[in-house]
Amino acid sequence: MSSPETLEIRTEPDIVSVRQAVRACSVSIGLSLIDQTKMVTAASELARNTLQHGGGGQARLEILDERGRKGVRVTFEDRGPGIANLELALRDGYTSAGGLGMGLGGSRRLVNQFEIHSEAGHGTRVTITRWK
Amino acid sequence: MDARIPILKMGPFLLVTIQVELQDQLAMQLQTDLTERVSATSAKGVLIDISSLEVVDSFMGRMLSTIAAMSRILDAETVVVGMRPAVAITLVELGLKLSGVRTALDVERGMQILRARALADGANEQP
Amino acid sequence: MADINTNRIFEVISQHENELLDEWVAELAAPGGRGFPVADARAQAKEFLGLLTDALRRGDGAPNGGPAWAPMRALLETVSSERGTAGFTPSETATFVFSFKKPLFARIRRAFDKDPEALFSELWTATRLLDQLGLLTTEAHQKSRDEIIRRQQEDMLELSTPVVKLWDGVLALPMIGTLDSQRTQIVMETLLQSIADTGAQIAIVDITGVPTVDTLVAQHLLKTVSAARLMGAECIISGVRPQIAQTIVHLGVNLGDVITKATLADAFRVALQRTGQSITRPVAAGAQP
Repeated sequence: MSSPETLEIRTEPDIVSVRQAVRACSVSIGLSLIDQTKMVTAASELARNTLQHGGGGQARLEILDERGRKGVRVTFEDRGPGIANLELALRDGYTSAGGLGMGLGGSRRLVNQFEIHSEAGHGTRVTITRWK
Repeated sequence: MDARIPILKMGPFLLVTIQVELQDQLAMQLQTDLTERVSATSAKGVLIDISSLEVVDSFMGRMLSTIAAMSRILDAETVVVGMRPAVAITLVELGLKLSGVRTALDVERGMQILRARALADGANEQP
Repeated sequence: MADINTNRIFEVISQHENELLDEWVAELAAPGGRGFPVADARAQAKEFLGLLTDALRRGDGAPNGGPAWAPMRALLETVSSERGTAGFTPSETATFVFSFKKPLFARIRRAFDKDPEALFSELWTATRLLDQLGLLTTEAHQKSRDEIIRRQQEDMLELSTPVVKLWDGVLALPMIGTLDSQRTQIVMETLLQSIADTGAQIAIVDITGVPTVDTLVAQHLLKTVSAARLMGAECIISGVRPQIAQTIVHLGVNLGDVITKATLADAFRVALQRTGQSITRPVAAGAQP
């Protein structure tokens, strides 16, 4: 396992930085262009969620190497209000107040592994993984 | 430095080429600038070239739909051109529908669509 | 598999680790065996012994299952894939483990030469242990071979889905054989890239040669159509046989406004129409206009 890289998500330009970092990791393990695009897009969605719904947070990037199989893992964490109804949020087409789709259900389809932990009042942590 | 995305006038149409990662401020600025130009020039169509974009997320998608909606109110049709295959596949998987947005392969095709529509409108206006 | 009682083996090995290592490396470098480069062999043998004593110390059952054996399994996989890549056969790689038997058995004999019962019991334990470890390398070889085959199949898939230009602005993708999820995805990517490369406005996906379509495949085809639309091109699905039409309805798949035609010819006609083209028949000389 390569040493993880942590990025702060406090401003809009930070979302762009997260995208670029995820792109770099994906390229380094040789993901196909389509898989790269899916991973970067999912990361963009989740980074934006962290910023706009979580009040800011962090993204931790890791390059995985398990039994010769390479992968990219990104964990988004915030101390925001949390998601009260996870099931609802993961449903397609769900839009929270403010007219901004949370993009969780869609992001889940773009990656191989998707884990989310969230509790109202305690923040949210989402981990996405894409394997080669 | 106040960076703005340039808007080119091509006859009755406006052309915007998005080459950088659009952030909130830049996006809002583009929306404002475009609606002002459409109104000022009575443009009949807006072409948005996204052939340089490697990633289009839901924020960008919503922005494109918003531009299309605003332009339509001002009687201009919006055509988004040059979407890359990887982006198209990802958007479908994401479940994002670009509502109210027509698409074309490139600027030339996009212009054809706009011209055809302008012609049809012109024909409808014949007394 | 019943647990192997390895306590006494553990003592024998841990007490004589260095000598065992030397003797083992000598076995590996002996003529008759395929020469492992001594430096490499020594390093890996040393690691092997270290992991072996670790796992034995925890007395955690058989190498195939126990979590204490995970690092050992990982080492053997590495050894296997390195040797495999270097062109060694599975047997030659397994010899890496089996050649440890001679030095180990010699030690065991010396330790238990006054006690035939114990001697037999420990030799039996040792052989079971090393057999399992040796077989793990063979399994690892198998796995990597399978991986290579899988990748070659993937390459073949790519080659077997050619996209042809039927006419100006019209592409056709004849699909033949059973469609599975993976193949349909590759097809989708190939087709969309062709649309981008050639600037085609219409892509006809012909499934005449496809015997059955399941929900997953139907969904993939629909996604292909949606993605093509986002790019500004239109897809027509042709060659839909009655059975497939039935399956699609029974599966409850909603084709929406996707154009489907029974034959490639019909689809081509529509494609020409949509691209504003037509084929005219020349008037024969002397015929009435």
